[in-house]
Amino acid sequence: MLKIDDLQVTLEDKEILKHIDLEIHPGETHVLFGPNGSGKTSLLMTIMGYSQYNVVAGKIIFKGKDITHMSIDERARMGIGMSYQRPPTINGLKTRQMVKLCAGHEMDENDLAKQVNFEQFLDRDVNAGFSGGEIKRSELLQLMAQKPDLMLFDEPESGVDMENISLVGKTIASLLQKNLLTIENKTRMQAKLERTKMGLIITHTGYILEYVAADKGQVLYDGILSCTNNPREILDCIEESGYEECVRCIIKTN
Amino acid sequence: MYNKDQLKEKAKKAKDKKGAIGPDINLDEFDQAPVPHSYLAEEDLCDLPQEEQERLIMSGLDVTEKERGGTYLQKDTSVIHCHSRQDGIEVIPIKKALEQYDWVKEYYWKLLAVDTDKYTAAAELALHDGYVIRALPGSKSIYPIQACLYLDKDGLQQNVHNLIIAEEDSELHIITGCATSPHLKRGAHVGISEFFVKKNAKLSFTMIHNWAEDMVVRPRSVAQVEEGGLFINNYICMKPVRSLQMYPTTHLVGKDAVARFYSIIVGSPGSEYDLGGRIFLKHPGNRAEIVARTISNGGKIIARGHLIGEVPGIKAHLECRGLILNGGLIHAIPELEGLADGVEMSHEAAVGKIAQEEIAYLMSRGLTEDEATSTIVRGFLSVDIPGLPPQLKAEIDKAIEESDKDVM
Ligand SMILES: Nc1ncnc2c1ncn2[C@@H]1O[C@H](COP(=O)(O)OP(=O)(O)OP(=O)(O)O)[C@@H](O)[C@H]1O
Ligand SMILES: [Mg+2]
Repeated sequence: MLKIDDLQVTLEDKEILKHIDLEIHPGETHVLFGPNGSGKTSLLMTIMGYSQYNVVAGKIIFKGKDITHMSIDERARMGIGMSYQRPPTINGLKTRQMVKLCAGHEMDENDLAKQVNFEQFLDRDVNAGFSGGEIKRSELLQLMAQKPDLMLFDEPESGVDMENISLVGKTIASLLQKNLLTIENKTRMQAKLERTKMGLIITHTGYILEYVAADKGQVLYDGILSCTNNPREILDCIEESGYEECVRCIIKTN
Repeated sequence: MYNKDQLKEKAKKAKDKKGAIGPDINLDEFDQAPVPHSYLAEEDLCDLPQEEQERLIMSGLDVTEKERGGTYLQKDTSVIHCHSRQDGIEVIPIKKALEQYDWVKEYYWKLLAVDTDKYTAAAELALHDGYVIRALPGSKSIYPIQACLYLDKDGLQQNVHNLIIAEEDSELHIITGCATSPHLKRGAHVGISEFFVKKNAKLSFTMIHNWAEDMVVRPRSVAQVEEGGLFINNYICMKPVRSLQMYPTTHLVGKDAVARFYSIIVGSPGSEYDLGGRIFLKHPGNRAEIVARTISNGGKIIARGHLIGEVPGIKAHLECRGLILNGGLIHAIPELEGLADGVEMSHEAAVGKIAQEEIAYLMSRGLTEDEATSTIVRGFLSVDIPGLPPQLKAEIDKAIEESDKDVM
């Protein structure tokens, strides 16, 4: 389980996250909405452990352990992983090698790559000249090899074309064990009960909801996690009346 | 024309002439007297002491000769093994070649003036040996030829002269190393190399240096590439050396001739490197590329590069990237000289540190900070070299892998 308690974060002395409370239970996936610049990426980076995000108060508990001050790699080894919105290019490191590094052992990266239609990119340097949509598939491929228990997706479907969107959606569903139909020899109920993976997905469009049955939606507005609700309802509300109205109305109805 | 007395006369006059760049070396501090070592038959190569074999292997010389087309091995001043395993490719010690074959004289000191500086002079006045490697017209090397100049005797100055000739339509790949024995502390290496890449020939020359900490090294080399020829020159030096200075020059003398230089340097504390390459593009369709990757761990590195475009329709690019990891100094000096309308020349130079963002990215995939750093450093050092045979690519990768321990 991931539990965030009254988290306050500054970046370059600017307050960017104010009093965040969040709980994700094993098997649950949450969706995070919010306008540009509201602090969504910052929240994910803080959970991942980026030190420029300065935790001034509150704690992050993962699998019963206080990880608030753990290094990034310790968190990764505890089972936290991230699909980045804008990952850096690593010159001279082939995507093929990167996938192996994520897996932490020898493996057949070709098979995995095939699943996200990415074989032809394996011999390119990591993220070097990748298009927006290619970056998303590269990030997913890395998570498939890494197999984290808690996955943080930063806008995984932005910039992905119509043909690849279902591929990306289904891949995320499978990473999060949300693809009940494809698990063999198990009833849906069984699969659901055995589900352990946790997810937190940032999305603007909500397209991802077509593929992943998210358990909860939240809106981050001006550094505050404003509401918890059915993700579809939140999306409808944002579409109809905008973030500000939506935050207000949902607070009222809750 | 070759005239032995004239060469000697000119060399004598330049005996004390300082090099154009780089710290001056007092060669009187070193001993140049010949050091005899007995010749080894092919089957005896494997009987070399284990630690010697290991030093050789690090410079790309494999005593088992697996996937090698021939071998030249010189220890101190003596040739201890020399032969070719492939028809159409000749490997001959230069002293013997000068005695036995008149054609060799056509190439000896042809591209480089014997009175360039005191180092070229020393190589003429007290030549120990060196190799002549020649691919006959149309022959293609299946496996690379390996050559190694090994220094064993402490305090020795080794003077060598090499001729590398790729005849018309031939393809020749050479891996050459310089290494010192584990107990050697001090020494000097003076190496003259002249490269001839003839019409439509292809030559790749990969040099890996493993010096001792108190070595001074002064290679002097010039290449000439004729119409349609390709010259790939790779240089790798990851080990400490007191002072290394070289500025190899290539002349593209026929249309569509191409030269590519790649160098990978790791500079350790107490070491001083001054190196680079200079390429003259003299004919339409000439292409040149100089790529340098340098890392300073506390050493001093001057990375030069000079491209001279003399006619329209040439294309040249220079790329020099440096990382300073643990102090030290990197001075990148890229120079472009366009002498005509319609030249296309560019350069990029960058000196900096590893981006924290890249380290963090890899750490979020489970690597420790040290693992992440060395992964990025290895990536930085690995350059794609088109046209290089897989065995040589593997040797370069191995050298980079080895360097990890020193870099971190
Ligand atoms: N290095 C920095 N220095 C100062 N401010 C920064 C820095 N990096 C980010 N910010 C600011 O922090 C705020 C939160 O940014 P964040 O990236 O978390 O937003 P976001 O919700 O992910 O937005 P988007 O939907 O556009 O991706 C923004 O106002 C941003 O400009
Ligand atoms: Mg963002």
